[in-house]
Amino acid sequence: MTTDGANNGRPPAGAPETPAHAVPPPRALPGGGETRRHVLVAIVLNKPGVLNRVSSLMRARNFNIESLAVSHTAQPDVSRMTITLRGDDVAVEQATKQLYRLIDVLKVQDVTAEPTIEHELALVKIRSTEANRAEILRLVELSQGRVLDVTAESVVAQVTGSEADVDSFVGLVRGYGIKELVRTGAVVMARGAGSIEEAIRR
Amino acid sequence: MTMTKRDRSGDPASAPADAPSIPAAPGRRSHVPGDGSAASAAVEKARKDMLSDVRPRRRTRIGADVVCEALIRQGVDVFFGYPGGVILPLYDVLGDYPELRHILVRHEQGGAHAADGYARVTGRVGVCMGTSGPGATNLVTGIGTALLDSIPMVAITGNVPGALIGKDAFQEIDINGITLPMTKHNYLVRNADDLPRVFAEAFHIARSGRPGPVHIDITKDALQQETSAPHPSEEEVVAGLPGFRPTTEPNGRQLKLAAAEIAAAKRPMILAGHGVLHAEAWDELRAFAERTQVPVAHTLLGIGAIDETHPLSYGYMGMHGWKHVNRAIQSADLLFAIGMRFDDRVTGNVRTYAPYARIVHADIDPAEIGKNVAVEVPIVGDAKAVLRALLAMVPETAPEARAEYFAQLAEWRRESESSSWHGSGAWRDGLLSADYVVGRIGELTNHAATYVADVGQHQMWLARYTGFRQPNSHLSSGGLGTMGYCVPAAMGAALGRPDRETWAVAGDGGFQMTFQELMTLVQDRIPVKIALFDNKKLGMIRQWQEIIYAGNYHSATLLGPDYIKLAEAFGIPGFKASKPDEVDAAIRAAQAVDGPALVWFEIAEEQNVFPMMPAGKGLSDLIEKWGGADE
Repeated sequence: MTTDGANNGRPPAGAPETPAHAVPPPRALPGGGETRRHVLVAIVLNKPGVLNRVSSLMRARNFNIESLAVSHTAQPDVSRMTITLRGDDVAVEQATKQLYRLIDVLKVQDVTAEPTIEHELALVKIRSTEANRAEILRLVELSQGRVLDVTAESVVAQVTGSEADVDSFVGLVRGYGIKELVRTGAVVMARGAGSIEEAIRR
Repeated sequence: MTMTKRDRSGDPASAPADAPSIPAAPGRRSHVPGDGSAASAAVEKARKDMLSDVRPRRRTRIGADVVCEALIRQGVDVFFGYPGGVILPLYDVLGDYPELRHILVRHEQGGAHAADGYARVTGRVGVCMGTSGPGATNLVTGIGTALLDSIPMVAITGNVPGALIGKDAFQEIDINGITLPMTKHNYLVRNADDLPRVFAEAFHIARSGRPGPVHIDITKDALQQETSAPHPSEEEVVAGLPGFRPTTEPNGRQLKLAAAEIAAAKRPMILAGHGVLHAEAWDELRAFAERTQVPVAHTLLGIGAIDETHPLSYGYMGMHGWKHVNRAIQSADLLFAIGMRFDDRVTGNVRTYAPYARIVHADIDPAEIGKNVAVEVPIVGDAKAVLRALLAMVPETAPEARAEYFAQLAEWRRESESSSWHGSGAWRDGLLSADYVVGRIGELTNHAATYVADVGQHQMWLARYTGFRQPNSHLSSGGLGTMGYCVPAAMGAALGRPDRETWAVAGDGGFQMTFQELMTLVQDRIPVKIALFDNKKLGMIRQWQEIIYAGNYHSATLLGPDYIKLAEAFGIPGFKASKPDEVDAAIRAAQAVDGPALVWFEIAEEQNVFPMMPAGKGLSDLIEKWGGADE
């Protein structure tokens, strides 16, 4: 990490000189830490090609986007992206800094460690029969989902929630046979009265 | 598609009724020029008007005019381009702007490198231009070179008319998609009304913060469209770019931490990079080094940040840097890196890099800090602002306080410089030693010329043996390592700094990539002196094959033409030196030429650049000899 006071195994300033024969510890590499899922919120100018700029940068810098949701905000010239990706903290910090270099990017925030509401929506077309339809409908109900369409051979369910909520519903109905599955990717919002967008309002 | 043809009063076929007509000669007609009669004066005036390059034309303002106006507003005096179908509307009006000097290059890559060379010596934004399709893709290598070395550049291309975009029209390519990941920012302009804003933004972005190339792609119809859009002020430009606010002023708390580190260090070293030159912070760097008595090592692109004859200048670091410099870095307890980015050519294996050192890293680009090496004190800011602020915060150190350290450094330096081959000028095979030639060029130009390198062995020799004393006097494609960079970049450099001699130092490989620009040098009378280092090899390739690929010399040998005849075919005087005692005379002969000249140095074929750090190894693993021969 590049935070102050980190020593990377180096002796502190002014410490007695390390004897020349001592084998120095290997220098810590940036990154190489534990990989986890990160959620970034990017506030960007709604200009042509801005999505291309963001995705091209992530590809070129070797970051693998897991999901990406883009939409308008309350300001017509500003869009908001929610990017989920896996990486260690330093790598994701580097991704954030690289995103900041894009002229059309106004703000990037890693909200992984912050209290947020995270939601995504999934539509699942489940294979069903006369015999198991009631059972499927029950599972949808238990998962606080909605049934949007029923035919003799299928049920289309809508479920919302965190990535884990949707994962668990998909796991539940997998046994019946999933004919189609579409997920929006996560969108997040910070809890409380503060606003990520307010900071950039012009 | 419909092509619109613009009515021009200068075009007699479509001259509108109100066009100024040639005044009718009254009374007696005379064909004798200068006989003093009103009639002959009228004939002379008409003849002059007809033959003049610049014909005032009554016409409305179109997109192409906006481009020219914008270039003039930005202080562009010379730019480099190549015409083509869709950029012709711009060439059609260029003659109306005599303050813009357009250099017709022989290949768009040359135009981009020339703009790069111009930018490096002047610190201003270089401008290059090409048409759509192949013209645009030819610029790409030059744009990439500028990106990796943070060179302020604006590249302009034409594109097919807006309605044809995406239709695979003739010479259409998605150049915007191509340059997107290799520019600081890029634009596609489809409406002439956007041109004033886009140009003002492009120049602002190219030169502000960490500099870089910006590409503007303009559709042909936007160039032809009438517009009355005004040019924005600098304030309006900044207000229109809310996502571009580079941090130049460093954080006070970080500065305090840095000052404490510097005050406590016993074996500190400053690592000066290109950022010092971009920020024009060489005076501040010298003052800071003198006050703190910290020696300064520099990167390849940091050459010129400090006068190499200054007692605190320690030399060039990295893969082919001086052994004593790398040794000092490996034993330093503090590295104060300023305006550099810990490139892999500088660090080698990061795990074993500067194992005893804490690192203070100042750079204007926050993304560079912590990218390649983890650092203890990060500072985001402009090199000049950082050094100025720190200068007031650090205690003055007496040289005696570092006597032991300096004695050690001096000892290493003596050892390192005596072990590298630098003697009579003849190498093992009796042919010229390249480092000797470079040294002579530096000497005979009083170390006051602009020296432009290509890429390869000669680039490293140039970096080490020329003896650089002035900022922005060394040009080299450091980041992208673009062979073919030298001759075109020297062309731009010579135009940017006509007060200095310009020496293009190229290997025979890189020279053969872009020597078509010799003709541009002749046509536009650009006095570049070319030092061609001909070892009839791709020298660096051969060296790697010898040392790393067990002597498997595939494709390392390269035939070349008779370079004297080649130069003469272009109308350039050529000189040749194959022995040490011929070197000075050849250099002097080239200097005496009023205009471009070429010196063909037949150098030793198998000389290696030592020391050398093999890729993946660390700074302590330098190879200094091979096959028992001392280089």
